[in-house]
Amino acid sequence: MPAIVTENLVKRFGDLTAVDGLTIEVRPGELFAFLGPNGAGKTTTIHMLCTLLRPTAGSARVAGHDCVKEAWAVRRAIGLVFQESTLDKDLTAYENLWFACCLQNLTSRVATERIAEILRLFELTDRKDHMTKHLSGGLRRRLDIARGVLHRPRILFLDEPTVGLDPQARRQIWQFLDTLRRQEETTLFVTTHYLEEAETCDRVGIIDHGRLIALDTPEELKQVFKGDVVQIRSDRLNELARAIREEFQLSPQVTDRGLLLEVTDGEAFLPMLIRSFGDQIAGINIQRPSLNEVFLHLTGREFKP
Amino acid sequence: MIPLRPIQSIVVREFKRFFRQRGRLLSALARPLLWLFILGTGITRIVETPAGVSYLQFLFPGVLGMVVLFSSIHSALSTVYDREFGVMRLILVAPISRLTIVSAKVASGSLLSLFQAAILLCLAPLIGLPLGLGQILLLTVYVLLTAVAITGVGMLLASRIDSLENFAGVMNFVVFPMFFLSGGLYPVKLLPATLQWVIYVNPLAYGIDLFKHALLPVEAMTLGPDFPLASNLGVLVAFSAVTIAAATSLFDKEARLVRLAAR
Repeated sequence: MPAIVTENLVKRFGDLTAVDGLTIEVRPGELFAFLGPNGAGKTTTIHMLCTLLRPTAGSARVAGHDCVKEAWAVRRAIGLVFQESTLDKDLTAYENLWFACCLQNLTSRVATERIAEILRLFELTDRKDHMTKHLSGGLRRRLDIARGVLHRPRILFLDEPTVGLDPQARRQIWQFLDTLRRQEETTLFVTTHYLEEAETCDRVGIIDHGRLIALDTPEELKQVFKGDVVQIRSDRLNELARAIREEFQLSPQVTDRGLLLEVTDGEAFLPMLIRSFGDQIAGINIQRPSLNEVFLHLTGREFKP
Repeated sequence: MIPLRPIQSIVVREFKRFFRQRGRLLSALARPLLWLFILGTGITRIVETPAGVSYLQFLFPGVLGMVVLFSSIHSALSTVYDREFGVMRLILVAPISRLTIVSAKVASGSLLSLFQAAILLCLAPLIGLPLGLGQILLLTVYVLLTAVAITGVGMLLASRIDSLENFAGVMNFVVFPMFFLSGGLYPVKLLPATLQWVIYVNPLAYGIDLFKHALLPVEAMTLGPDFPLASNLGVLVAFSAVTIAAATSLFDKEARLVRLAAR
């Protein structure tokens, strides 16, 4: 049984179609990334899957239960970490966890055990009596996530779990998620607009303007590019683009990052490029394609969070 | 089955917050003292009261009502705070019903009111209102009953208020009128008929009247209770049932979250 299935899921707010015919399937135990720019419909999708919003059309099943008709059963099976912290800043870390256990109706004995375990897993034991408002952003985020998994949800939804954190804290959050996944076999549904984070996930769904435009493993997604991506800086991008198109029969794209070119063999292409246009080029960079190139390829625009 | 643990945890959280927010704690303790000992003492000097009941004594049930009013409304409006700072979303995604959430908030408001009322009641003997065990038990019931009705009104308001910015509006247009038109500062029977009508729809008036029944001597005459005991009890129970039912059905998950999701 899949962890999450949606069929033609639609959510409209007045004239705005936030989610437009989404059909996905997430396998049990999978680390699934939902990638898209801000306003693409990621949070709306999560809210529908977590029974907080009612779909306008289509259907969604989470952990085998219908998100509308069996909202109750869905809520028992899931954990949700919201984009903005939902911790009570006037309570200590421990009290926040305790409060969440009580809301899940866990007995005192189970709650005590679980909290101790989770504090250890997230390395928060020595902070447990600190007031939440005095914790750093990274620690607070960790506590938010820790609280989301207290009741051992089969499926954990994380809405932008690392947004606004520094790189070190972000790395740490991902390490915790990885441990969690291995120890508890939790299915993770993560939205992100950090491309490099999506690269490490099992599968990536790319959403733009409420529509799913690609869904596959990061490797497969990048297979549409056979070669390398050459990035060129220049003062006269448009002229250079035209000249390169004529000279090499390629189709360069003008972007904020300069000219982007897809070539079969970047290293062999470079000397030819410099011989012909060396005087117009301010800088060159060759890279293996990333999800950014995939997004550019699919939408014709740069990926901008 | 009543989900006791979630309700209990929501109540415990409200109490912790109450004691940790110093400003709220201090103003809750100081407010009744200001009204009673400054306003009350001042007015006692300029009015003559019949039947051996001083204005200060007459004011006491009113101030008790004010304590319940402020505390109940404040607790109910903490729902708005919870919504704004996200804790409400955590509560909504937990496997508990809307009625449970509203009941827990009403329980918090009522118990916090009872706690503050109990502190004030300790001062009753100081102004010549002796308290027997029977009166204390009666007042406990009356305070809880009043607090439930008013927290219900507060929850109804909270379900319609979007942000904490509207808090001041509620204080000016709901809380103060409710207090001034309650019979707490002057007997209802001495007011013009038009104002009396407003008082009839104010649950606090019935609560304060109950306190008068329990606190003021039978021979208080004009200064004594304005309504029969049974009608006070009936109105408060009815008010509680209606406001809690309405607040539960208006406590709409979707409408409150759309704003967040659409961002």
